[in-house]
Amino acid sequence: MNLQAGKFKAGDRVTVKFEDRPGHIRTPWYIRGKTGWIERVYGDFLNPESLAFGRDGLPKRTLYLVAFNQSDVWPKAVGSKDKILVDIYEHWLIPAA
Amino acid sequence: MSDGHDTRETPQDHGHEHPKHELSYYAKRIYAIRDLLLEKGVITDKDIQSQVEYQEARSPANGAKLVARAWIDPAFKARFIGDPKAACAEMGIDAASINEFVVLENTEKVRHMVVCTLCSCYPRPILGRPPDWYKSFNYRQRAVNDPRGVMREFGLVLPDDVAVRIHDSTADIRYLVLPLRPKGTEGLSETQLAKLVTRDSMIGVMDALPALPPS
Repeated sequence: MNLQAGKFKAGDRVTVKFEDRPGHIRTPWYIRGKTGWIERVYGDFLNPESLAFGRDGLPKRTLYLVAFNQSDVWPKAVGSKDKILVDIYEHWLIPAA
Repeated sequence: MSDGHDTRETPQDHGHEHPKHELSYYAKRIYAIRDLLLEKGVITDKDIQSQVEYQEARSPANGAKLVARAWIDPAFKARFIGDPKAACAEMGIDAASINEFVVLENTEKVRHMVVCTLCSCYPRPILGRPPDWYKSFNYRQRAVNDPRGVMREFGLVLPDDVAVRIHDSTADIRYLVLPLRPKGTEGLSETQLAKLVTRDSMIGVMDALPALPPS
């Protein structure tokens, strides 16, 4: 039961889990282990990691728009004001330390 | 066709066409999967045909119509950003098959750019099929770590005080960039404005085309 749509809210700082496992993973490699903040809560969606294998996609997962400073993602982007925004499902996120 | 070459790839006669030329590994794989899906009755020839027709009927002209309307009508723009699917329906554009549709508004100080680093997620129901470069490894890699370099190659040189926001479209959301209305276009009609809205400006790698100088 996910009536409250997710445990994070806009502004929360989050770190993307650094996991390496096979399957239909929608979290790009370059963003794993990086820390950013929740920009927007998109709501609950069927889990593509399950759908891709013909399963029912349940339980639904909350999807967030997560923002990162370019400079926190790429070492060479030091001093950049640019941002990179990635759609990430809740089970890939942990509260930032 | 009489040199005997084509016999190698000659399809069994089961109702749909197979290409006659040499196929790449991936093309062979795709046709094999298609044949299996047909054979097992998962999909029909008619499903494939109607999907091809659906995709072919979509084009960046749909997006250009939406953008031009948003430029001339602030109330429509607010609806386009607030509830893009409803705004599409209002314009007779069927966006129902998009799970979630988000419009990213460019400003003088912020430019948005869209990529799908994992595959080729793209607002197909609005814009049709993505350009080949959008699916290339080169774009998918460089969009996220050198967005300004990519924009420069498309002819857009951004000053340092303009921030770039790159959207990696990895999940259920489809993004469309609402480009800035070019300066000096006050006198243009909605139809003339729509001609300035390129596909690439709605992906965000460049701005809309400048107004033609008065002749």
